[in-house]
Amino acid sequence: MNIPDELLYTKEHEWVRIEGDTAVLGITDYAQGELGDIVYVELPAEGADVKQMEPFGTIEAVKAVSELFSPVTGTVSSVNSKIEEDAGVINRDPYGDGWMMKVKMTDPAEKGKLLSAADYKKVIEE
Amino acid sequence: MPYIPNSDDDVKTMLEAIGVSSFEELFSTIPDSLRLNKPLDLPPPLAEPELINHLRNLAAKNDPGGVSFMGGSVYNHFIPPVVWTIAMRPEFSTAYTPYQAEVAQGTLQAIYEFQSHICRLTGMDVSNASLYDGATAVAEAAIMAVNHTGRDRIVISETVNPLYREVLKSTLSGRNLDIVTVPSDQGVTDNGRFSSFVDDKAACLILAQPNFFGHLEDLAHAEKTIHDAGGLFVMVFDPISLGILKTPADYNADIAVGEGQALGIPQSFGGPLLGLFAAKREFVRKIPGRLVGRTDDVEGKSGFVLTLQTREQHIRRDKATSNICTSESLCATAATIYMSLMGKTGLPRVARLSAERAHYLADKISATDGYKLWANQPFFKEFVVETPVPPAQILAETAKVGMKAGIDLGRYFPELSHHLLVATTEAVSFEDCDRFAAALARLAAGEPLTKAAV
Repeated sequence: MNIPDELLYTKEHEWVRIEGDTAVLGITDYAQGELGDIVYVELPAEGADVKQMEPFGTIEAVKAVSELFSPVTGTVSSVNSKIEEDAGVINRDPYGDGWMMKVKMTDPAEKGKLLSAADYKKVIEE
Repeated sequence: MPYIPNSDDDVKTMLEAIGVSSFEELFSTIPDSLRLNKPLDLPPPLAEPELINHLRNLAAKNDPGGVSFMGGSVYNHFIPPVVWTIAMRPEFSTAYTPYQAEVAQGTLQAIYEFQSHICRLTGMDVSNASLYDGATAVAEAAIMAVNHTGRDRIVISETVNPLYREVLKSTLSGRNLDIVTVPSDQGVTDNGRFSSFVDDKAACLILAQPNFFGHLEDLAHAEKTIHDAGGLFVMVFDPISLGILKTPADYNADIAVGEGQALGIPQSFGGPLLGLFAAKREFVRKIPGRLVGRTDDVEGKSGFVLTLQTREQHIRRDKATSNICTSESLCATAATIYMSLMGKTGLPRVARLSAERAHYLADKISATDGYKLWANQPFFKEFVVETPVPPAQILAETAKVGMKAGIDLGRYFPELSHHLLVATTEAVSFEDCDRFAAALARLAAGEPLTKAAV
């Protein structure tokens, strides 16, 4: 299982990469594996506000559906339009082309509430 | 009535297996204060021939029909006998929801064809497998609009069927939503009043075409108003009217809902009915109810499946698009057979013949002393008559000579206490219209109605 060291995580299985005041995020390799074939993702529109650990969208696999939780608080600055055409990209490349959206963060201190790769590994091993 | 074929020995074995000494003991956890400690208040049992006689006598009380001018979303259209001859085949009539749905390819194919017909009829992209009735379809459309827009105001015209508006209120009563009604003027929606109700808080605007009074609305203005405000446009339609009127797609409706009873289902005693629900493709993941899709199996053979089930309760739980996870399949099957039979040429003819008779009857009645048409509006197959005697009296008197005169509008609109809603279909003859007008003339003149007189 792939859990890159340089990323931060939530216990709801989202990953986030902080670039200055922007957070790029998606779901983890573990999450895509558990869901199976992903067919559809509902994401907010650009300009929408999201809150840390509150739902921002839903993800549908063939026989399951889950909510997505935002790792950070802020405003959506960009949404990955590739996912709309081909949600399977999340299965194939969860940390790369399968990214979901970028959020302009309003509270950088929130970073402290996220999990390190080692801590996230403990969560999924439980 | 339950018929449980367990012998005394069967019962004994089952009770022993679970360690209970008597059937009665199964209820021991229910407090005595809550239990009915006396026999049910029922008449004694009857022998089979007595029971059959009893049921025959009850059935004889049914009104065998006569001529119906009653409408209000449920109409007396002619039902070709072949419709129910096919629909009552046991393959259709005894089929219960298959829990492994894909095993029942025939059921799924029938539903798929129903959906395809509804899409062609309305011009919309997607139809579900049907809902209970037109009223609940309106409520489901409102819920979908609220979920989609994240707004909490539902705007509905006063000219939408008042029973639908009541069902909308009761269905949504548990949610903290604001349902507001746009007033009407002379039997049509008062378009000038939209600005007081439709703004960026409005999830949807709901109008009917034709409306409850049978009148035709100016929907272009409504559509533009709600779309400019970023809400959804919901149109309530009469499927028969689409034979000659513009479709919901022509009006750029986002959601089209209606009562499908006119498509081959009897008026009965107000049910069972058939809810129609169609929408634009972009809303396919938001629509309520079941959806049948067509796909290929592993061997490349075409087949039918229940599709996009992630919208539904058994997967999405409390976040489901709706708590509807069923359909009116037998009625939808009848409607499918009816639509196939009527086709592109039959349906417009049914619509034209119905409208023709309505206009003939309206002319007859307005030429009758004491009666006049209420509101000078274009109408389809239903219209409102101002009456010189109370509509309740007209209904009671005409019933004695085998006519159902219509709907007493005072029941729903206090200001319309002397107004009768009259509908015609192709099943009503011109002679029936003449007899009905003659009956109304006698009632206005205070003369008794007898079968000989009309």
